[in-house]
Amino acid sequence: MMGTALKVFRYETRNVLRGRAILGYGLFFLVAVLGLMRMGGGLERALPSLANVILLAVPLVSVVFTTVFLYDGRPFNELLLSQPVARRDLFLGLYLGLTLPLGGAFLLGAGIPLVAAGGAGVLVGSGGMLLAAGLLLTAVFTALGFVVAFSVDEPARGLGAALLLWLLVTVVYDGVVLLASHTFSAYPLERPMLAAMVLNPVDLARLLALISVDASALLGYTGAVFQDFFGGALGISISMAALGAWVAGPYLLALRRFRRMDF
Amino acid sequence: MTDPRALRDLGEHPVWIRMAGIGKRYGRRPVLRDVDVCFRPGRVTAILGPNGAGKTTLLKALLGLVRPDGGTITVDGSQVGEAPGYRNGIGYMPQLPRFPENLSGTELAAMLDDVRGFRGEPDETLVDALGLRPEMEKPFRTLSGGNRQKLNAALAFRYGTPVLVLDEPTAGMDPVAARILKERVRSEREAGRTILLTSHDLGQLQALADDVVFLLDGVVRFEGEVGQLLAATGEDELEGAIAALILGQGGGDSGTGSKGVA
Repeated sequence: MMGTALKVFRYETRNVLRGRAILGYGLFFLVAVLGLMRMGGGLERALPSLANVILLAVPLVSVVFTTVFLYDGRPFNELLLSQPVARRDLFLGLYLGLTLPLGGAFLLGAGIPLVAAGGAGVLVGSGGMLLAAGLLLTAVFTALGFVVAFSVDEPARGLGAALLLWLLVTVVYDGVVLLASHTFSAYPLERPMLAAMVLNPVDLARLLALISVDASALLGYTGAVFQDFFGGALGISISMAALGAWVAGPYLLALRRFRRMDF
Repeated sequence: MTDPRALRDLGEHPVWIRMAGIGKRYGRRPVLRDVDVCFRPGRVTAILGPNGAGKTTLLKALLGLVRPDGGTITVDGSQVGEAPGYRNGIGYMPQLPRFPENLSGTELAAMLDDVRGFRGEPDETLVDALGLRPEMEKPFRTLSGGNRQKLNAALAFRYGTPVLVLDEPTAGMDPVAARILKERVRSEREAGRTILLTSHDLGQLQALADDVVFLLDGVVRFEGEVGQLLAATGEDELEGAIAALILGQGGGDSGTGSKGVA
């Protein structure tokens, strides 16, 4: 029942917000945006750098925070599941209870200084795309955190898996793709490169974040191919849909694990 | 075995639990093997066995916290499936009270009222009887072990549920609180509740329990009344009877409906 999920969401959110770490996360973006604008000499010039900070920090914090919180929260889950609460409702409540506070902290931390510097208009342009990319990444990596926490029993190993996952998608992946493209440069690689782009949520978010900023050099190899192939509006639509699939896939996978788990 | 549905006609004691053919493995290790037990209304049933015998797993299977590999669970005549509604009728006191650290006792109680959709007047007599009222506004992380256990008990008894599942209920409690809780268990039995209890304090169990389910290596080795167990093993006290069962000296079926030791 949706009502039960909303109740769980409310208590989970309250528990998350009292933990203070979420406040630090919001403050981090506030300081980062203010610092980048000050050092970069203005809003427009700071956006590409801010995009890179978001593309690294949002996946890292989302996946690690979620994984740690879910391991710590196992007794909370056990308490709720001993009540008349269905597992799918608890799962939805937990997911929203982590995603929305994380997304909210990011939105406020990064959004307030952006709006303060560029006015509300910044939200319908490149600044808005940047924030949308950050929010989608939050939803994706929170879902991936659920997959990790409900697949690996031991917290230390789970945290290690979460960090490895982050390293893989933010750093290793593009390097491997670049190496592959160099190795197979004699072959037509457009379609494999497009597939490689869709298979990495950080690449998709990078495209979304930078496509409206004049910084194509920062798109990465797969992003550049993607932009050439689809262009602006279509590229944005496709990358948003692919990121939506990146939320739904891990969410359903983690839900499947959760429904079979023993507490 | 009596059809649980037949008990509905008794009116006075409308709840009966039957767990039939319950099996559970953790990896390759079998924890419960074809467990078939009944819990009767108006009685306290002690689930006994050495560490790792499967006691907590059995209770968690009843609560849906552990997914059995096979078997059926029937509560009040209805087979338990995915739907969680039957847990409205169960008050659960887990072995280790590990609640959200940042919530106070009052907030925890309000949260449980909320997720249960409980609209009546909750039973807070244990909160007062255990002297817990001054602790109810403090975050859970600041409570002592004893007070955590008291809160655990107060939440389990809060809804006047027809079934109470109490896993080591007096562990960590001071003697006064433990005595109050034992008296409460007795009064709940008199009120016709079905009470499932585990404890390592066999003296306490002998004073409280009407029936015994003894598990060894995930297999039910004895199911019946305390008196039947004592008679079957030739012992005067539960401690000796359990020791006899573990050492394989227990007698067979006492002929009064108990499941004896092979």
